[in-house]
This record gives sequence, C-alpha cells and structure tokens, in this order.
Amino acid sequence: MSISLDEVRHVARLARLALDETEILSLQGELNALLGHFEDIQVIEGSGIEPKSHAVAIQNVWSEDLPGRTLSRTQALSNAPVSRAGLFVVPMIIED
Amino acid sequence: MLTELTAADLSRLIAAKEVSCVEVAEAFLGRIESVDPKLGCFLTVDQDKAIACAQNAQTLVDKGEGGPLTGVPIAVKDNISTEGIETTCASKILKGYIPPFDATVVSLLKQAGMTILGKTNLDEFAMGTSTENSAFQVTRNPWDLDRSPGGSSGGSAAAVAAELAPLALGSDTGGSIRQPAALCGVVGFKPTYGRCSRYGLIAFGSSLDQIGSFAKTVEDIALISEAITGNDAMDSTSLSCPPIASVHLKSGSLKGLKVALPKELFGSATHTGVLDQIHNAIQILQGEGASFTEVSMPSIELGVTTYYIIAPAEASSNLARFDGVRYGVRSEGQGHIGVVERTRAEGFGHEVKSRIMIGTYALSAGYYDAFYVRAQRVRSIMQQEFERTFQDFDVVLSPTSPVPAFKLGELNLDPMALKLLDFCTIPANLGGMPGISLNCGFTDNLPVGLQLMCAPSEDEKLLQIAYSVEQALPNATKRPSIA
Repeated sequence: MSISLDEVRHVARLARLALDETEILSLQGELNALLGHFEDIQVIEGSGIEPKSHAVAIQNVWSEDLPGRTLSRTQALSNAPVSRAGLFVVPMIIED
Repeated sequence: MLTELTAADLSRLIAAKEVSCVEVAEAFLGRIESVDPKLGCFLTVDQDKAIACAQNAQTLVDKGEGGPLTGVPIAVKDNISTEGIETTCASKILKGYIPPFDATVVSLLKQAGMTILGKTNLDEFAMGTSTENSAFQVTRNPWDLDRSPGGSSGGSAAAVAAELAPLALGSDTGGSIRQPAALCGVVGFKPTYGRCSRYGLIAFGSSLDQIGSFAKTVEDIALISEAITGNDAMDSTSLSCPPIASVHLKSGSLKGLKVALPKELFGSATHTGVLDQIHNAIQILQGEGASFTEVSMPSIELGVTTYYIIAPAEASSNLARFDGVRYGVRSEGQGHIGVVERTRAEGFGHEVKSRIMIGTYALSAGYYDAFYVRAQRVRSIMQQEFERTFQDFDVVLSPTSPVPAFKLGELNLDPMALKLLDFCTIPANLGGMPGISLNCGFTDNLPVGLQLMCAPSEDEKLLQIAYSVEQALPNATKRPSIA
C-alpha cells in the first residue's frame, strides 16, 4: 500500500494545510514509511472484538442545568487576531 | 541549599517557619536565572507573579492556614493553560496567546498555595520524544548537555533534574512524562486516565492525554498527586474517584509482591546498558522478597502502530480549532479557506503537520475501518491482556525507555526510531493504567528508568510499591552536578 502525490495533496486540502511541493514530497515519504507499519495491525482478526475508543469507559455523564460563570465577551475576544464591535472578524465567506 | 531539598522537606521547613515562602521562591528563581541559560527548560518565567504567589502563601502560613504544599514552587508544562501567563504549546501558532482561564490543575495548585515559577518547554503540541520539535528552543539534558532530555515534557523533566524546581507538571499521551523522567533520572508519574482533569490542557489525543507530575522522590509525587487529582465537572471523562490519597507511604519489605515481566517490553532493541541496570534492580528487589515471572502480552508488539493511528487521528480533529480566528496568529490568504490554510501551514511545525496528515488520512473515507477501527480493536485486545495479567500480578515492571538519553539531532534522520522510544510507555496510555518511572541506575553516566504499572485506578497501590522500590534501589535519588 502506498500513497500518491495527488492523494497527499488531497489529504492536505482536507486538513486545511497549504503545503508547498517540497513538503508534499517529504510527507509522501513519511506517510508511506508509516503505512508500511500500519500493515502490521491488519493481522488482527476483526470480528468478535469490540473496538474501544477510550481507556476507561464512562457513559452518560450528566450535569445539572445550572447557570454559572463563563468568560466575558472581552475575555473571549482578548486573543482574537482581528476583532471589531465585540465580534470575531473573519474573511468574507459569501461574495457580493 | 534550599534548591537541593525535596518538596516534602521544603514543606516542613515552611510550616516550621524556618524559611519563608518568598525565600524559597527566590532561591529557585535565582537558580533558574543562573542555570537555565545552559539548559533551556523554561519558555516563560514570570518572577513578579511567582513572588506574588509566594507572598500570598506566606500569609496563609502565618494565619495557620497553610496546607502540605503551601509555598512549594512548581513548574508547569506550556500546554497547560495558565490565566494571564502566555501558553504556547511551543508552537508559533500560539505565540502570544494569554489564556483567559486556568486549567483545573492550575486552579488546584493555586488553591494549595503553591508558587508557579513558569512554563516549561516541550515538543510542539506535545508531539515528540526529544523536545527538539519545540518551535522556540532546544532543551538540554542536565546529565550531558549534548543530549536530549527526552520528551515531550523535556523542559519539566530537566528542570526537576537540575533542581530548578522541586516539582513540575507534564502531560503524557504516549509516554511524555515517563520517558523524559527516565532520561533525566527523576520520578515521573502518569495517573490513571481520568484521575486528573484535562480541562485547560490543550488537547492532543483526548482518549490518551493525562496530566501528571515530576519530582525527585515518590513521596513528593504522592503529595502533588493528592493536590491535582479528583473529579471535575469541567471534564466529562474525569473519574468520579476522590483525589489520590497521599497515602502514608510505608517503608517495608516487598515480601510477597508479585511482579510480571512482559517479555515483549524487554525486546531485542533494548540497549544492553539499560537491560543490565533493570536486571540488576530486579535482583535487588528479589532480595527484598518480590517474586518475578516472565509473561507474554503479544498485543504490545502492535502498540506503537496502534498509537500512531489513534493519536494522530484524535490530533487531526483536536487541532482543527487552530484556524486563526479566535486565538493565535493569522496569516494572509485568499478568502476564508485560504486564510485558514496559510495560517496552519505557517503556524504549525513539520512534525505537527505530519501527524495531522496521518490522522486525516487514517480517518478519511475508505480507510477508517482498515486503520482507525482496527487500531481500536487492538486497543481492546491490549486492555484484555493487561486485565488478565493484573488478575495474577500486583504490578508490571519494564524499562521505561529502551535507550538512555541520546545525542541532540542523533535520531532526527530516522523518524521511526524516535517513535519507537515510546514502545514501553504506550501501553499504559492505550489501557488507561497508571505508570511511574524511577531511576534505577546508570549506564555510561546516563540515568536508566524503571517503569512500574498497576491496574487502572490502583494509583495509591502503585505509589506504595514505587516507594518501596525506591527505598531498595541505591541510585534512585542521585542528582546531576550542574551549576
């Protein structure tokens, strides 16, 4: 199993990473090396074993629906690269 | 010198008013100023805030309201949020980020009256085993300045080893506390998954991440663990257990202790000097009455591969939040997606991008079942194997790291070699078990770590065993000489 340059570009697009061609090439090498190791776990019989998403299974954690202290608007915006009028500013998404 | 003391000894001196909290803080801040330029443990030291913490602590002591850790200094890994103190994860993407809130563990340190000295270096977003992936600086091993302290919590481990702090917090996703503790010759403890709240720990692999601590002795680990563990409503994966009781650690023989030695963790790749020291320790512990049995847990062989699917998969999702909108830096780009893509390409370092790519690929359509779900099945099998082992044994013993501290830059050419450094520590993250690393000896003047693991939630039992082991081993608390 190996991954092509076009697949690397596709995955980079999914991951929202604008990679240059040097990085694409080097990541192709790294991914292919790792994929070789990923083959190791294909020996595991799939059926009959419940996949575990967590180390310690906890289910249905509820909390009381009570008002509490949260960040103020000023605090929430304090690290925004760009903010205006109490809002986060993002580049235009819908064109005119 | 105050900096040579353990947290427990400092605590006794403070309570007896033989020394003030401010004197203690100044002693450590002074040592950081003179020694850290050689080591690079700290990314941020806020002297004024530290002194203010110490003054508050002294007020508590004077009123007779001090606790066991009041006035004791601590360093905090820079992926744990500290209100008002820059928290970067050693990443350019978070340069300048000042959290508007404290992580739960940091609130607990403050409640205990502890003095926060500063924030320690790490591999960017805790992704690495050498601390060389930090975007800002290299951290050096106090035993040999040409070598790595291990990682990802390398700054915290080296700071405790060099006595720049008596205690430090770290995070452990695949061994990031225990492996650097081993390479720096200090004690490093990862509690059971869920014993320590993850609220405010900047997430890497959420099902694996666990906050824990570094100290010079097991007694100190017990003290800090009691302060930072316990159920937290802000973390829904937090266990509803009380804090780890700082058990009245009892000296005593190891008579009757049943120890399992998984042969897979003593594999052929293990450095002979490491093996010699571990076997030597086993002999000493046998003399103390512990019995050792070789066992086999075949799934351990698949641990690294399983980890390198699950952790990047979770990371690729967790790190999606860094989009240049709410915090961190923002790069220029074409339209919204262009801005996000450029921000992430310029803000993340190579290793982080690589893991995001692996995770995105493993979760993408067509590969999800073959990689991610299958890795979760291996995780299941590994948990069952450990469960069976813990039915017959009290504790599992192994090397912590297959090799002692390696030269800076030495393993960069072979990324898989670096990944294999987690081989012995990954099972505790996949299975949620508590794990601790203790120094058991030296090979070529470099420390060798011995790892102990107990069943999930048996943190108190693990600390008691580790305490007895520490008492039995002659080199457990030796320190490097660096000034």
